[in-house]
Amino acid sequence: MIQPAPDRDARVGEPPGHRDRPSGHVVVPGALDLTHNVILYLEDISVSFDGFRALNRLSLAIDAGELRAIIGPNGAGKTTMMDVITGKTRPDEGKAFFGQTLDLTRLTEPQIAHAGIGRKFQKPTVFEHHTVFENLELALKADKRVRRTLFARLADDERDRIAAVLARVRLAAEADRLAGLLSHGQKQWLEIAMLLVQEPRLLLLDEPVAGMTDEETERTAELFVSLAGTHSLVVVEHDMSFVAALGGKVTVLHEGAVLAEGDLATVQADERVIEVYLGR
Amino acid sequence: MRTPLTLRLFAGMPRSAQVALALFALAAWGWVPFAHLALAPEHALHLSAYWVSLLGKILCYMVLAVALDLIWGYAGILSLGHGLFFALGGYAFGMYLMRGIGRDGSYQSDLPDFMVFLDWKELPWYWAGSDSFLWALFLAMALPGAVAFVFGWFAFRSRIKGVYFSIITQALTYAAMLLFFRNETGFGGNNGFTDFKRILGYPITAPETRVALFALSAALLVAALVLGRYLVTSRFGRVLAAIRDAESRVMFIGYNPLHYKLFVWTLSAVLCGLAGALYVPQVGIINPSEMSPANSIEIAIWVAVGGRGTLVGAVVGAGLVNLAKSWFTVSFPEYWPFVLGFLFVAVTLFLPDGVVGLVRRLTRRVAGDAASRGEGGTFGASAGSPAHPAAAPPGPARALAGAAPATAAGAVADADASTGEGAIGAERPIAPAARALPGAYAAQSLETRDERANGPAVTSPAIATKGVQP
Ligand SMILES: Nc1ncnc2c1ncn2[C@@H]1O[C@H](COP(=O)(O)OP(=O)(O)OP(=O)(O)O)[C@@H](O)[C@H]1O
Ligand SMILES: [Mg+2]
Repeated sequence: MIQPAPDRDARVGEPPGHRDRPSGHVVVPGALDLTHNVILYLEDISVSFDGFRALNRLSLAIDAGELRAIIGPNGAGKTTMMDVITGKTRPDEGKAFFGQTLDLTRLTEPQIAHAGIGRKFQKPTVFEHHTVFENLELALKADKRVRRTLFARLADDERDRIAAVLARVRLAAEADRLAGLLSHGQKQWLEIAMLLVQEPRLLLLDEPVAGMTDEETERTAELFVSLAGTHSLVVVEHDMSFVAALGGKVTVLHEGAVLAEGDLATVQADERVIEVYLGR
Repeated sequence: MRTPLTLRLFAGMPRSAQVALALFALAAWGWVPFAHLALAPEHALHLSAYWVSLLGKILCYMVLAVALDLIWGYAGILSLGHGLFFALGGYAFGMYLMRGIGRDGSYQSDLPDFMVFLDWKELPWYWAGSDSFLWALFLAMALPGAVAFVFGWFAFRSRIKGVYFSIITQALTYAAMLLFFRNETGFGGNNGFTDFKRILGYPITAPETRVALFALSAALLVAALVLGRYLVTSRFGRVLAAIRDAESRVMFIGYNPLHYKLFVWTLSAVLCGLAGALYVPQVGIINPSEMSPANSIEIAIWVAVGGRGTLVGAVVGAGLVNLAKSWFTVSFPEYWPFVLGFLFVAVTLFLPDGVVGLVRRLTRRVAGDAASRGEGGTFGASAGSPAHPAAAPPGPARALAGAAPATAAGAVADADASTGEGAIGAERPIAPAARALPGAYAAQSLETRDERANGPAVTSPAIATKGVQP
């Protein structure tokens, strides 16, 4: 049922592995191909809403294991970009690839989730009428088709994984509470925890520290830094001290396109960036 | 380790549910047969044919209500066309009953009377096999199931939700009713099917047959409840409730809501079909009025009165409303629509969790905290059960008032329009905060947990290499 669409550039008729590359690289359908060490590749993506260009020929490449911060004024198109990557919004034009082979513009939301992209929404979205534990149970990496879910029971190692993640985001004591009763910051963490148990390769985090205390923000930065390397992360944030704490490369979006890219200091010194931020 | 599923289901039930189930079984399979068959008609405790048929009919309605609760209470999909699936099951089984009349009809023909009347010479192709009991039973499930599947596939794939979905289901059942009214459709036009003589060779009006049909209806209800409870306490049920509360989140963690909705929607229709098949021989008639939009709205009222998202609430609601209805329609028939409308307004305004919610709140208040700690049980058994009323979609909106006949329907529309968010948004019982964590987690000491929290990444570096699932 949930199968990726055949990738666009798989060459029909050729034996697997035969590509114009000496490496003898094997193409496994549906698997993430990180040959060029690029996990996410967007090229000339455009999205219009009723004539308004939310994304305007946006191009972006994220390396495997990278921790990338995306900043930009309100309405710059940051959330829309995540919508495109996760299949919620189809781009009018442009390419979006996960690894070398998975064409994101042809997959549905659940397929993209299975392929290994996890997303945290700008507005924290957890299942408020389920307990914290159940939220994680639902997010847990598993066979998510109906006929499996009907008979699914948590294995001990799955409980352990949930417990470990709960401890990591300091929600262990809240495991049996309804998620709707958590504080705003805790909900953010729960959503991050849901991402973690999903075991994605690429995490998209839309304003993850909004509504968190300074201490919580700090711990979140630590968490993300510790995830980088084994995971790739794209973090959208307005909080500059948080972005500084992440320490990775920064991309500035403006009017649906990349305005500047580099480490935080370089970007902050860029005149166009200053103009965009001060001009508002 | 591996206990049989059925045992596990019963063992997992709260004490009160087990007792209720036992009492119900005793009454349905012991007392009713005894009081109807063994006690002489003069006996004070004799149960008349009227009562057995009425109760049997209500049992079928209860199944219908449970079926609606599964999708409305748990998946947040309000169908106002469930009467269609019920009627389709009834018609499918009615065909068998019609063939069972044989040459005992007024025209003494092999064809059902209405076909002779229409001057038809042979059975239409879709009546083929209708003399077989098993085929009829199969059709009674397959027909509503297939209609639901096809309809649901298009509706859910187009992501039609909430009020729009409800209105379309009303239109669907209305269209079907018009179709079945036509004589050419081949189902007896506005008279439908009636004058049944026998079922499986037994005379249909014999007391034994009546009791057997009643007992079967009771069995179907128990089966529907057990199945429903299994579903809503399984992970499947938690996914359903999650779809109801935050559908897009569900998609982004990898579930395809279409499949989940379609499954429970189709299953619900099949249950309705079975209920309809048992209903027709007990009331002795099926005609297109069963598909009237108002009928389907009534089903939603039963569930709302009893309490959405509890399963047992659907049973209680269907029972209470229908007992009241049969009393009213005898004593003050013209007032029933008003009573129904008033009931719905009152329930949405003052009893957002229905009768069951009220009872639960009262018992909780009486028993205090001790009781709430006792129920619920282990992890994961709770989410599905008390669905949050606020999460269910708005009921039939004002727009329905035009389409739905009778005052009752008008009142429904008004009631819901006035409810909006606030009135429905009742508090939900808060789970006791610090229950012990089960399994391996509980076994870990606090220290190890803290170690893990501060230590290196818990998730292994080799995660998710499998990519898209097989
Ligand atoms: N579904 C939609 N329909 C119409 N316009 C939209 C839609 N989604 C986004 N937009 C518009 O596209 C632009 C980019 O929105 P987007 O949410 O991506 O910005 P953002 O960078 O995430 O901003 P913020 O920092 O406020 O979250 C905005 O002007 C927004 O109004
Ligand atoms: Mg945004």
